[in-house]
Amino acid sequence: MNRFAELLDRIAYEPGRNNKIRLVADYLRKTEDPDRGYALAALTGALTFRNAKAGMIRALIAERVDPHLFELSYDYVGDLSETVALMWPVDESKRANRTPTVTDVVETLSTLGKAELPAQMTRWLDALDENGRWALLKLVTGSMRIGVSARLAKTAAASLGDKAPDEVEIIWPGLEPPYLELFAWLEGRGDKPLNLDPAPFRPAMLAHALEEPDLASLNAAEFTAEWKWDGIRVQAVCGNDEDGKPVTRLYSRTGEDISKSFPDLLPSLRLPAAIDGELLILREGRVQSFNVLQQRLNRKSVTPKLTSEFPIHMRAYDLLSLDGTDMRDVPFEERRARLDAFIKKLNDPRIDISSLVLFETWDQLIAARADPAQGGAGLDAEAVEGVMLKRRDSVYSPGRPKGPWWKWKRDPMIIDAVLMYAQRGHGKRSSFYSDYTFGVWNAEDALVPVGKAYFGFTDEELKEIDKFVRRNTVNKYGPVREVTHNAEVGLVLEVAFEGLQRSSRHKSGVAMRFPRISRLRWDKPPRDADRLETLEKMLARSDKVPA
Amino acid sequence: MRPEDILVPTPSGVCCKPGGFHIDPTHPVDKALITHGHADHARPGHGSVLATAETLEIMRLRYGEDFAGSSQVIKYGEVLKLGDTTVSYHPAGHVLGSAQIKVERKGLRIVASGDYKDVPDPTCLPFELVPCDVFITEATFGLPVFRHHDADGEVAKLLASVELFPERAHLVGAYSLGKAQRVMALLRAAGYDKTIYLHGAMEKITAYYQFSGIDLGNVELVKGHKKSDLAGTITICPPSAMTDVWSRRFPDPVAAFASGWMRVRARARQRGISLPLVISDHADWDGLVKTISATGCSEVWVTHGQEDALVHWAQSRGMKARPLDIVGYGDEDDSDGVAPGPAEGAEA
Repeated sequence: MNRFAELLDRIAYEPGRNNKIRLVADYLRKTEDPDRGYALAALTGALTFRNAKAGMIRALIAERVDPHLFELSYDYVGDLSETVALMWPVDESKRANRTPTVTDVVETLSTLGKAELPAQMTRWLDALDENGRWALLKLVTGSMRIGVSARLAKTAAASLGDKAPDEVEIIWPGLEPPYLELFAWLEGRGDKPLNLDPAPFRPAMLAHALEEPDLASLNAAEFTAEWKWDGIRVQAVCGNDEDGKPVTRLYSRTGEDISKSFPDLLPSLRLPAAIDGELLILREGRVQSFNVLQQRLNRKSVTPKLTSEFPIHMRAYDLLSLDGTDMRDVPFEERRARLDAFIKKLNDPRIDISSLVLFETWDQLIAARADPAQGGAGLDAEAVEGVMLKRRDSVYSPGRPKGPWWKWKRDPMIIDAVLMYAQRGHGKRSSFYSDYTFGVWNAEDALVPVGKAYFGFTDEELKEIDKFVRRNTVNKYGPVREVTHNAEVGLVLEVAFEGLQRSSRHKSGVAMRFPRISRLRWDKPPRDADRLETLEKMLARSDKVPA
Repeated sequence: MRPEDILVPTPSGVCCKPGGFHIDPTHPVDKALITHGHADHARPGHGSVLATAETLEIMRLRYGEDFAGSSQVIKYGEVLKLGDTTVSYHPAGHVLGSAQIKVERKGLRIVASGDYKDVPDPTCLPFELVPCDVFITEATFGLPVFRHHDADGEVAKLLASVELFPERAHLVGAYSLGKAQRVMALLRAAGYDKTIYLHGAMEKITAYYQFSGIDLGNVELVKGHKKSDLAGTITICPPSAMTDVWSRRFPDPVAAFASGWMRVRARARQRGISLPLVISDHADWDGLVKTISATGCSEVWVTHGQEDALVHWAQSRGMKARPLDIVGYGDEDDSDGVAPGPAEGAEA
C-alpha cells in the first residue's frame, strides 16, 4: 500500500500529462503482480466497493478523537479522508509489523460483509502511515480525483512494452484485474491476450483540422463531406455472447464504457454491428444545442424524468463491423453504403445516419459551411459545428492519420475584450501570469468580466502578456493580479469562442464555451473593445435553436 | 507569587519587569533577550541584545554590524542574574543557535521556548527538556493533523524524483535560515554527493553554517550556470523564487517545497507545488503535546499559530492554559516575500 500511496500522492500534485504517465509507468515497472494490477484497476476506475461510505469513516474517527479537535482539524483541512488520515491516532508500540498491500485490501473488500468492514478498516488504518491511510480511504470510498484518466493509466501500462495505447485499449474489455496476462505480454513473457468480449471497443479514427487555403491542395472529387455535429462522439457496439445473447455497449471516444449513462439508447442497438457516431438530444426531430446535451452528462443516476426531458439520439457516421465482420479495411464509400443499408434495416427512431453535404466544387462546400441552413442542414443548422471531409477511399485507421479525414469547423465567435485580472499558471507556467480574466463594457461604461482563458497564445505572446501584467499591476490577491484597465490604458485581447450560454453564476449573465485568446490587440485602445450588448445579441441568436 | 509577577505578555512580546528585559520583542526595546535568528523573533534596533553567539552572528549577517546598541553572548547552560531574576539559555533544536530561555524568580520557573522541535537535526544541537512551572510554547503546527514523520523519508522522495526525471531541474523551496541548510545536510546524509545549487539569498547564512563546522559538501551559487547544465540537479531557493522570473533559468523545473505546511494538500496545491516535502523545523502536534507534558508544567501559555486546539488540549488535561495575543510572530515558512539582500524579511 505504501508504494501505491506514494504514487497517488505524487500524481495528485503533478500537472503534466507526460510526467504523470512516467510516474505511473515507473510504479508499474517496479511493483510486483498482483499489486500493480489492482493498482491499475483502481486508476482506471475498474474497482468499486459498495460498503465503504464517508459516514462510516466519520463514525470511526468519532470514536477515537476529541470531537472539538476533530472539528478544528476538519475545518482547517477541508477534506474528510485527508483529515482522518492525518489525525488517526496511532500507538507506535502496537503498530503491526506488516502493512497491508493493495492486493490485501482489494481481495478482502471484495468478500467482506458490511458488518465486518469497520473493524477491518480500523486494523488497516492502524497499520498504515498518514499517506497510506489517505490512499486507503481514497481507494475504498472511490473518490480518487487525482487527475488520472483511464486512458492515461492504460497509456502508462502500454509504455512498459513500448506498445501503442490503442493496442491495450483494444484488448482491455476482455481483461480482468489484476491483469496478469496483460503484464506478461507487455514484458515479453507471454502472448498478446485475446479480446473475447463480444462487444469490444475499437480505437477511434480522428481528423486533422483544416483551413480554407488547404483546400487548394486537395481534389474535391476524391472527398465526400458530411456535417460535423456538436454532440459527443461515441461508438455503439452490439455482439452476441457465447450463449448467443446480445451484449450491447456504448463507448466514449477514448474507450470508456458509458452504457450506464444512456440506458435509453441501448435497446435501439439490437443488431450485431459497431457504429461510430455522435450522441445528440433530439426534440421533435430537431437537434438541440450542446448546452442541452450537457444536462445528460456526468449524472450519478439516470432518472426517467431525465431521459424523457432529454431524449437521446445517435447519428451514425461510420460502420466498423457488421455481423461479426471487421469493416475497417473497406473503403469509406463502401462502408457508408453498408451503413446506410444497416440503419434502414435497423429502422429505429433513435438512430439515423448523418446526411452527406452534396458538392462538386470546393466553392459549393465553402458556401454550405458558411450557411448550413441553406446547405442542407435546414432547421438543425445551429447544431452544426462544421463539416467533415473524408476521402472516398479511406480505410478506418485508429488515431489521427494525416490526409484521409479533415475537420473544418465553422468560424468561431469573436469579441475584443479587455484584460482585467491575471493569475499565475501551474507547472511549466508557474512563473508566468497565464490565466486571464477579461471583460467588456456594460451600459454604465464599466468593464464587467465575461470569461477566462488560458490558451490560444504563443509562447512569445505569453512572455509579452506576462511582462505587461507585471508592469501594470494595480492590486495583488494571492496568485492573482489586477491590471490597469481603463478606457485609455489596458490590453485588448481578441477572444474566440464556440458558443454562449446564459449563466447565473457569472456577473455578466453569460458564459462562453471554449474561450481562447486568438490575437493580442496592442493596437487597440480599451475604449474600442466590445460591449456587453454585442454578447447579448450573439446570445439571442444562439437561443433561437429550434426547440 | 503569580507567574504574571515575573513575565507579562504584551502585544509586542513578553516583558519581564523584575528583570528589566523583553523576550523576542516585536518593537525596539532597551534590553532584548532573543531566542533565535529568524526575523520575526530577532529584530534590529534594540538597545542591548542577549543571545547565543550564533544568533548574534546571524543578526549581524542580516542587519549589519549596528543591529543593536550593544550585544552580549550567553552560553547554553550559563546562568545570569538580571535584576531580580536569574536567566539561562537551553538548546531548542529549531535552527543553529536557537534557545529556550528559562527565567526564574523565588523558585518559580518559566520557560519561553521560542520556536522548537524535538526531533534530530544535523545542523543544530538537540532540544533540551527544561522542567518548569509555566511553559510558553509556540503552536505553529498546533492541530492534530500536523504530523511530520521522519525527514529522511521526504528526502528519499526528492532523490527518487531526481532519478526519475533526470532531464528536469529540481527546485526546493526552503526558508533561508535553518531549513535550507538542514535539507542540504539531509541530502548529504542520504548519500547525495553531487553539487547542490543555491539561490543568492541563501549564500551568506549557508556560508556561516559551513564556517560553524556543519558539513554541507560542495555548494555553489546557481547564478551563471547554463540552463542545460542544470538538468538533473537540485537547487535550494526561497519559496517565493519558485514562482519568480528567476525560475525560468531551469529546464522544466519540478517545484518542491520543504515545510511542515506541506502536510496539508490544499496548502501545497495553493502554492502550485508538485513535490511537497514534509520537513519542518517546528514541533508537530505529537511533539508539542509530548513536550508540554514532559516539562511537568501546570500552566501553558501559547504564543502563536493554532492556539485554540492546543489550549483546548491542555485544559482537557487539567492544566491552566491561555493564548498570548502577541502581534508579529509568524511562521517563517508561511510567508512568501523573500527579497534577496541583507534584510530578507522573509519571516514576517
